[in-house]
Amino acid sequence: MFPFCTDPAALPQWQWFACYLTSGTHLAFYWSFVVVIILVVLAAPASLLLGFAGAVALRSRYAVLRWLGQGYTAMVRGVPDVVFFLFVPIAVDQTLEYLMHQVRCPHWEGPVRRGNDFVVCAQAKLPSSSAAAWVHDVYAFALALLAFALVFGAFAAHTLSGAMRAVPKAQTETAEAFGMTRGQAFRRVLMPQMWIYALPGLSNLWMILIKATPLLFLLGIQDIVYWARELGGSKTAFYTYPHPDWRLWYFLAVLVFYLALTWVSERGFSRLMDRMSVGQDTAGGERLRRARA
Amino acid sequence: MKTLILTIVALALGAGPALAQETVRIGSEGAYPPYNFINDDNELDGFERELGDELCERAELTCEWVINDWDTIIPNLVAGNYDAIMAGMSITEARSEIISFTQSYFPPDPSAYAALAGSDDSVIDGVVAAQSNTIQSGHVAETEASLLEYPTPDETIAAVRSGEADAVLADKAFLEPIVEQSGSELVFIGDDIMLGGGIGMGLRQSDDELRETFDAVIGEMKQDGSLNELIGKWFGEDAARF
Repeated sequence: MFPFCTDPAALPQWQWFACYLTSGTHLAFYWSFVVVIILVVLAAPASLLLGFAGAVALRSRYAVLRWLGQGYTAMVRGVPDVVFFLFVPIAVDQTLEYLMHQVRCPHWEGPVRRGNDFVVCAQAKLPSSSAAAWVHDVYAFALALLAFALVFGAFAAHTLSGAMRAVPKAQTETAEAFGMTRGQAFRRVLMPQMWIYALPGLSNLWMILIKATPLLFLLGIQDIVYWARELGGSKTAFYTYPHPDWRLWYFLAVLVFYLALTWVSERGFSRLMDRMSVGQDTAGGERLRRARA
Repeated sequence: MKTLILTIVALALGAGPALAQETVRIGSEGAYPPYNFINDDNELDGFERELGDELCERAELTCEWVINDWDTIIPNLVAGNYDAIMAGMSITEARSEIISFTQSYFPPDPSAYAALAGSDDSVIDGVVAAQSNTIQSGHVAETEASLLEYPTPDETIAAVRSGEADAVLADKAFLEPIVEQSGSELVFIGDDIMLGGGIGMGLRQSDDELRETFDAVIGEMKQDGSLNELIGKWFGEDAARF
């Protein structure tokens, strides 16, 4: 990184650290923080969307949709997260590859499953073997994102369906009495009011989502925890920067990062809560009204 | 319009250029110096990196390296995430039931116990750390010692240093530089033991063609002495050769 980094062993301490902390592996370590933030920023709206669909399905007039919603939430909420995180990427990957295989290599001889092996033709590989490394990384990340969205979507579905039920029934009844259809009453009256009831549950989910991101490591993505362990471990002279066991410091840095992230979110949510309480017929709304009066 | 759509569909469905040569992806752990490790430039380095690149060049293959956790390195091979394993993996009967191996590219090498200086030989029967799913952890489980497993090799050493384990059992070639550079904090204990049948490249059992290709070039490198040279470079002049 710096011009004086050619012979680290001969450097004074501060320069040694300057070189050490900007080595290729450390840059990858810093990048992994960004990856975690990208993951939560993408996984949160995706889960919210899935959760909303799930909540709407749960209160649907059609039994089939209700069953779908109930099946989804019951299954995901009833299975340990870790199992789901391991299951979804493998299942989705192999299903996609199997389908691609059927389309692209219809004349392929031999079964796809051979003993222990899962073999598809080269054209059906996802991503293709000759694709650049970053393509493989993005693919693995997308599968992880899908797993996160599915798991947290199920929890969000429950929170949102609870919030929909918390809106006083008189509100929707009044709306329908004014001649609105069921859909109109839902969009114009119920939806704007439900968020205040959903927010505490959703903020909880957001926190759990942030804390669940080290699971990325399980999915073979080199995340913060992977790098903290890898970089912190003692290094012999095979490495340019040999050092003893420094895992304590690395994990401390990770701890501070997560604490900072959750602290910032906590503040964000409390502001959001205040803003949403304005004009609501809730204790929070009443408090705001009095403060202004 | 119709032809345009048909062309796009045909292209999308991979009538695309049939590549004469597919990339061979090789999985490695990247945490086991000097066999394989991630150097400070964030690149895979070590004996196996150099050997693998040489093998691919001789076999006229394009190779790409993939870093994978040790514990899932075999499942991800059979699932097709990569095509070969070069990760200091000893050829054993149990592994041969799931994957196939090329001939060994590293001769059977002794494993050794290391412990804090001042420990006596009885620590071998105390709490012994080993990396999970290795020949060493298998061996400790058969002795009277209580086994303490860790997912990475480095953690087994850290466990001995912190006193969590009384000793560690690992490949001697892995332990040697660590013991040497520990400033006599760590020492070898007891006799070396021979485990495993040498290190080979792991492949899917259905992938006979690739196995034969690599088998041939490994044989070639054994013949012309270049493999011995590489072993000498990474493991010192005293290392076992072919």
